[in-house]
Amino acid sequence: MLNKPFAITLKPGTSLANHTGTWRTARPVYLDRLPPCNNACPAGENIQGWLFHAESGDYEQAWRVLVENNPLPAVMGRVCYHPCETACNRGQLDEAVGINSVERFLGDEAIKRGWKFDVPAAASGKKVLVVGAGPSGLSAAYHLARMGHQVEIQEAGPLAGGMMRFGIPKYRLPREVLDAEVQRILDMGVTLKFDTKVANIEQSMKQGGFDAAFLAVGAHIGKRTMIPAADAAHIVDAVSVLRSMEGEDKPMLGRKVVVYGGGNTAIDVARTVKRMGAEPIIVYRRTREKAPAHDFEIEEALQEGVMIKWLSTIKQANEGEITVEKMALDEKGFPQPTGEFEKLEADSVVLALGQDVDLALLDGVPGLEIKDGTVQVGPNMMTGHPGIFAGGDMVPSERTVTVAVGHGKKAARNIDAWLHGVECKPAPKHEIATFDKLNPWYYSDADKTVRPMLDIIRRQTSFDEVQGGLDETNALFEARRCLSCGNCFECDNCYGVCPDNAVIKLGPGKRFQFNYDYCKGCGLCVEECPCGAIKMVAEDI
Amino acid sequence: MSFQPVKFYQTGTFTVGNRLLAPDERSEQANPQRSNSINSGHRACQGCGEALGARYAIDAAMAESNGQLIAVNATGCLEVFSTPYPESSWQLPWIHSLFGNAPAVATGVAAAMKVKGRKEVRVVAQGGDGSTTDIGFGCLSGMFERNDDVLYICYDNQAYMNTGVQRSSATPPAARTATTMPVGPEPGNVFGQGKNLPEIAMAHGISYVATATVADLRDLEYKVRRAMGIRGARYIHLFVPCPLGWGTASHDTIRMARLAKESGMFPVFEAEHGEVTGVLKIRHKVAIEEYLKPQKRFAHLFGKHAHPEMVERLQAIADRNIRKYGLLDEGSN
Amino acid sequence: MLKQTEGSKAVAEAIALCRPEVICAYPISPQTHIVEALGEMVKSGELTPCEFINVESEFAAMSVAIGSSAAGARSYTATASQGLLFMVEAVYNASGLGLPIVMTVANRAIGAPINIWNDHSDSLSQRDSGWMQLFAETNQEAVDLHIQAFRLAEELSMPIMVCMDGFILTHAFERVDIPSQEQVDAYLPPFDPRQVLDPKEPMSIGAMVGPEAFMEVKYLAHAKQMQALELIPQLSAEFKQTFGRDSGGLVRTYRAEDAETMIVAMGSVLGTIKDVVDDMREQGHKIGVLGIVSYRPFPLKEVRAALVNCKRFLVLEKSLAVGMGGIVATDVRMAVTGTGLKGYTAIAGLGGRTISKASLQNLFLQAEQEHLEPVTFVDLDWDAVNKQLERERLNRRSGPIAENILHDKGMLSAAKFG
Repeated sequence: MLNKPFAITLKPGTSLANHTGTWRTARPVYLDRLPPCNNACPAGENIQGWLFHAESGDYEQAWRVLVENNPLPAVMGRVCYHPCETACNRGQLDEAVGINSVERFLGDEAIKRGWKFDVPAAASGKKVLVVGAGPSGLSAAYHLARMGHQVEIQEAGPLAGGMMRFGIPKYRLPREVLDAEVQRILDMGVTLKFDTKVANIEQSMKQGGFDAAFLAVGAHIGKRTMIPAADAAHIVDAVSVLRSMEGEDKPMLGRKVVVYGGGNTAIDVARTVKRMGAEPIIVYRRTREKAPAHDFEIEEALQEGVMIKWLSTIKQANEGEITVEKMALDEKGFPQPTGEFEKLEADSVVLALGQDVDLALLDGVPGLEIKDGTVQVGPNMMTGHPGIFAGGDMVPSERTVTVAVGHGKKAARNIDAWLHGVECKPAPKHEIATFDKLNPWYYSDADKTVRPMLDIIRRQTSFDEVQGGLDETNALFEARRCLSCGNCFECDNCYGVCPDNAVIKLGPGKRFQFNYDYCKGCGLCVEECPCGAIKMVAEDI
Repeated sequence: MSFQPVKFYQTGTFTVGNRLLAPDERSEQANPQRSNSINSGHRACQGCGEALGARYAIDAAMAESNGQLIAVNATGCLEVFSTPYPESSWQLPWIHSLFGNAPAVATGVAAAMKVKGRKEVRVVAQGGDGSTTDIGFGCLSGMFERNDDVLYICYDNQAYMNTGVQRSSATPPAARTATTMPVGPEPGNVFGQGKNLPEIAMAHGISYVATATVADLRDLEYKVRRAMGIRGARYIHLFVPCPLGWGTASHDTIRMARLAKESGMFPVFEAEHGEVTGVLKIRHKVAIEEYLKPQKRFAHLFGKHAHPEMVERLQAIADRNIRKYGLLDEGSN
Repeated sequence: MLKQTEGSKAVAEAIALCRPEVICAYPISPQTHIVEALGEMVKSGELTPCEFINVESEFAAMSVAIGSSAAGARSYTATASQGLLFMVEAVYNASGLGLPIVMTVANRAIGAPINIWNDHSDSLSQRDSGWMQLFAETNQEAVDLHIQAFRLAEELSMPIMVCMDGFILTHAFERVDIPSQEQVDAYLPPFDPRQVLDPKEPMSIGAMVGPEAFMEVKYLAHAKQMQALELIPQLSAEFKQTFGRDSGGLVRTYRAEDAETMIVAMGSVLGTIKDVVDDMREQGHKIGVLGIVSYRPFPLKEVRAALVNCKRFLVLEKSLAVGMGGIVATDVRMAVTGTGLKGYTAIAGLGGRTISKASLQNLFLQAEQEHLEPVTFVDLDWDAVNKQLERERLNRRSGPIAENILHDKGMLSAAKFG
């Protein structure tokens, strides 16, 4: 430039000498916030993490990230009540992402394509006894096996799955799906002994040389209530009915079946009975709004022809008929008797009033605390007896498959730590990526994909799965509805909107970096980040 | 309009890039090898819409011309903050002459390229709304009328910002500027007849006229590329909010542009040979207040001594734009 | 090739021989014939490759030339009077950016009152614009100076005005020797710009320069004009070698040896002055002439050398520094600082007022006898002026000056203007 006119003519791009970063009073920083779905998942799944891979069509990688936390995605994709979707920020935009349906798709893909779990870590030399092959036990066994421990599951019954098999009807969870996911866990080298009821846990541990135990026997004893009944009245409990569906001897309930209760089990029984050709009628003392069953299940039951008598209690059961009393809600919302009675035809009455835990195996174990029929555990899932951990329906919690799976994982981590004589410290939780942290403008308008439903006639007459899965195309679509709340998904916005070119693009998968030499701290990148993965931090001046 | 937004890849074409899009579906601004025509170290205010808009537009033009581009710049913020001796931010051949002559200088550059047989070298002229709609208006009209091979880009921030926020003929009614103070019975800028430069450009019958904002990058890049594919005079009117002059937060620059478009205050369209051929529809319509309220230049319309009648008149302008250009899809909103 | 032709046409042909690549044209009398002729040559294909651009104003004309010159094209335009003033901002810009544009100024008076006739007020108003200014005495010299001007401008990377008297030269039919293309090509190499807009080597032209470097930039412009003082005589000498005739240079004297009285002037009026001097020499007066070709840069040394041996000098100029007197005379006086020479200024020919031999002879005789006031207005109608001054003294609303004077001179009916 020496031979060019002085001062009026300049070399290109020389403003790099001017470090405008000195103007800044606040700096943008990248951060990862906790997406609400992950935060809400009882199984502790990294939902956004696996959706990220599903979004790019890498389903195997998505599945692998998924099963880091949950070994039963095909099951979960069918039976989970998906609190993640309730929490999903997209619900405030249009409709929540169909996380559950994508999870099922991934689980089904894994079965279809025969994907196996990663090879476990090197053997630790430790042995762990898991009591019960339900979701919690299977989950714990899986995680412990991954960590290199030798695991043996002792199951009282003849089949694996626990409530997944004996509580959830096959029209919601086909058994081949359950079997496949259980088998995949066993393929890791987990031993499963059927018909092995643990009568005394301490003894079983000593006999087998186990270093620790995880108890997950569930809650299988149907609760009874006092109903004045004639001897000839046919009263059974819901768990027994559902369990007998798995055996050769189908329950004999007659044509008119009254199901007493308003929970999901009541609905399951009623819908099961319907499929057997009977005419179920649910009697529940409160209203639909107050019923603990999920509304979509009530809706599906109604669609299938299940009758429901709301605000009714059974006063008397006789052969072939029951008497119900109408109830009315008081101002506090509790049902109160009205003195109005009605008779209903009833060949049998199925009680679906909840379940109790069979705690016999814990008799005489020192240090345990039993309260309200459940085993008390600490934050590390350990009972009052060192080395004995418990989870699932037998500890105080919401009784769902997802919670059980989460217990299994959490217990496994703590057992592992306990076996190593250390304390398991969960990673500090990031702040939650709430909706106000997002810039929703940037997301395409895209309604949720509706999963296909079996036609009504077949729903009423067969045990075929009611809800269909997504195919590859719409699973991809659904995955891509994810807003990636709180975590960079490489949309390039920060790189694009910086008026000072102060964002460096590091390349695929490597995200971005600020060039603080030039960043003036305008905050445009923060404002225009769709997913809330940048925040401003005041500079020390 | 032939700009085909990608309907659904998580963010579609709303974001700058997105890893899910094929590279050719991403914007030039997502490209790690983009020209960065205006380099770091320039002295624009924090959150400057013009600096951003200029890089968006010129990078796209550079990409479309394979780097064979010469820029002519009118006097103004863009010129001052990019080339104070001894440093220049520009990475392409660039010349600044005067406030009012950028279109003519560009004509000269284009003529030189033509006479030297360098057809591949393209010429872009750029200036703010002051140089475009006021002082350089004559030269611009001449360049249009002769159909000289120049793409002229107006970065419209609606006032003379470089000299301290004085009114230009692009300043909207009611806006406060240093020469239209918010005093008296009709505070702020007059409700005049307006000077719709895109339509004036269209009246010249030139092959391509388009409006765009810094909030719709993909649309803007499409329009620049489209314009670069045509020979003769072309005009792009780019809406670039000014945090300093508008009294908005530096992080709100893109949001303000978005609200201007979504309220109907700034219609985004393109025209060929004087006829509108496409509009960028309003996606989520907002009332004019939502656009006005974050701006201190309109603060006197609200609050204790509010002027709801003036807000109504501004809403009427937006409504008229919506009607005139068909900015709303049938049945939406 | 010798031909009898109009000055404008001859200049147009000379420009064409210089192979301009971009010509911007806007009509204003009296330069219009030049660009008309060039336009026709481009349109017909006679002058190619060349872009001829009909712009919308003189401001645009200079601006287009700025763009084309900065992009490396040899650029030319022509203007006069109001047109020059309309492009002034761009005129300064072209020199500030160091762009070697060549512009013909067909010198014409500046209004108001609007007047299309010749004087030097227009280009002299651009004295400090940073442009070089060469004044042609004849149409032959106008042709020759344009050829030299491209060479000079491009070597220094500075713009130049070639000034020729409007109508007197532009519209006069004279015998002019138009050189051949080979001659011009031999003299004028292709334009090799010092700075150029080119994607191959990007640069930013036209930076904002603050107090830290502005003075240096301005000094460098001055230094270039100082270099021109050396270059102009060289180019003139080279021109003579190629074309075989004297043309250009900084100054030219006529019958100056032993002259006691020297008449200093620029442009076509030198012809009339020389005729009068010839007559007076025959009558035994020791009188000579100094013609200034290069007004900017102003050749102080050469002017001083030409005058230092006389006893007195008279600067006859077609321009007026209102409120002061002569414009050229001020510079000439500076050149002879310290010599003790007596100097007079005569303002003549404003707005095309005829400068007659009789008036000049009368003026020169008075100068010789040192009977002149420091500033003389040649052939001023004192009667008209005094009447108007009297009117203004008596009556605040004394009416339009020009019309009043025309009325006083009996050239208009008062009723017509009411």
